[in-house]
Amino acid sequence: MASEEESAVKEPLDLIRLSLDERIYVKLRSDRELRGKLHAYDQHLNMILGDVEEVVTTVEIDDETYEEIVRTTKRTVPFLFVRGDGVILVSPPLRTA
Amino acid sequence: MLFFSYFKDLVGREVTVELKNDLAIRGTLHSVDQYLNIKLENTRVVDQDKYPHMLSVRNCFIRGSVVRYVQLPPEEVDIELLHDATRREAR
Repeated sequence: MASEEESAVKEPLDLIRLSLDERIYVKLRSDRELRGKLHAYDQHLNMILGDVEEVVTTVEIDDETYEEIVRTTKRTVPFLFVRGDGVILVSPPLRTA
Repeated sequence: MLFFSYFKDLVGREVTVELKNDLAIRGTLHSVDQYLNIKLENTRVVDQDKYPHMLSVRNCFIRGSVVRYVQLPPEEVDIELLHDATRREAR
């Protein structure tokens, strides 16, 4: 038990390492969200996700009533590389009751 | 360097690059560099009616910083290798 340095959680990237091969939730810029299995990542938060569902949220404003219509567009991609500069946050999937 | 190596292994495969301006380009991965700039060959724009800008373009260079996603071929990828490389790489 000389050193458990490799699996010690010291910095935020180590927290992400705990989610390797697990499903995660990623919030991206431009009102996008991803849910998928984390297969790889680096210090830029470039990632490779498997079995991904992408949700794009748009808000339309009705010309007459001025009400906000929130729409979500979903699609699934089997295997996806995500560039890190679009990533806002990474988390275990949220449990929506 | 992890993803640079990964993309180098994917040279010759068909990928779809989705840019930050929502343009999606399908093509054969010709080459990649350390900035993850991408050169694609035999390119076709995914929604050609919506984006007629590149109808006659068959080869292109894409600056890495404008990429949002790269849709990858799921087969022939050793996931365990990716996991191991990631554990070694990201500190």
